[in-house]
Amino acid sequence: MAKVTFNEDLCKGCELCSTACPVSIIKMDKTKINAKGYHPAAVEDMAKCLGCANCAMICPDVVITVER
Amino acid sequence: MAIVFEKTKGLSNVETHYCPGCTHGIIHRLVAEVLEEMDVLPKAIGVSPVGCSVLAFKYFNIDFQEATHGRAPAVATGIKRVHPDKVVFTYQGDGDLASIGTAEIVHAAHRSENITTIFVNNAIYGMTGGQMAPTTLPGQKSTTSPLGRDPKHAGMPLKISEMFATIPGTAYVERVSVHDPVSIRNAKKAIRKAFEYQVAGKGFAMVEVLSTCPTNWGLSPVDSLTWLKDNMIPYYPLGNYKTLEEVK
Repeated sequence: MAKVTFNEDLCKGCELCSTACPVSIIKMDKTKINAKGYHPAAVEDMAKCLGCANCAMICPDVVITVER
Repeated sequence: MAIVFEKTKGLSNVETHYCPGCTHGIIHRLVAEVLEEMDVLPKAIGVSPVGCSVLAFKYFNIDFQEATHGRAPAVATGIKRVHPDKVVFTYQGDGDLASIGTAEIVHAAHRSENITTIFVNNAIYGMTGGQMAPTTLPGQKSTTSPLGRDPKHAGMPLKISEMFATIPGTAYVERVSVHDPVSIRNAKKAIRKAFEYQVAGKGFAMVEVLSTCPTNWGLSPVDSLTWLKDNMIPYYPLGNYKTLEEVK
């Protein structure tokens, strides 16, 4: 049981988190545009999250909080 | 559920001006996390350079001094000598440290000033628009080497860590990268060690961090990580170049 939360308005949509995710559940949410004008990162299926914090480790803008 | 990762208190809440995917943000965070974990945030003083990280003082939750181009080690020398109990570091890019500021950094290391230097090497001048730096790789295109760097004309890229390992005054020199989560964790360990050397009074410690510049490399942030791994690491091998003695 793990959960990641994105501070969406700070996300620059660089996609580094999606490459670091071992279970490939992070995608840029094409249905949303944040205050900066980017498609922010979002998790499709939170039940698959391992809570490894790789995404948070590589995020250059410290957008992500991880709970486990 | 318990929080296993959240933003460090060492960073302020100011949004960075860095381009999407720029790894400066990761390196800022690692430095801030190390300072927080060592419990030295109240007595840490950073010196920011000229270059993309010129505004670093806004992003850290600690005291900071802005230096003129390349002169961060000279400013840090003064701060550390006046306040020997503070934890003083410079944060410099390759245009700042390996070009205009080479004299200052070499002599700060030569005098074995008890400071820590975080040297961010992305093989290009970022802020000024992607010109060739001393660290630009052979064949790498930049706005001042549109056909790629020609070593016959511009020489080979400067290997700073190798060079600093030969300076008697350096206590700790290591090159790390931030292209994947494993290397980021290793980079944090090296940065921590560099600060521990300073706290233990061992002398000059430097960590060279290989970094990306998606905008000026003309690549996506994700492709930049691959480019770093495939092109920079073979020329700039990762690893420890000097360890004076183990710090407990």
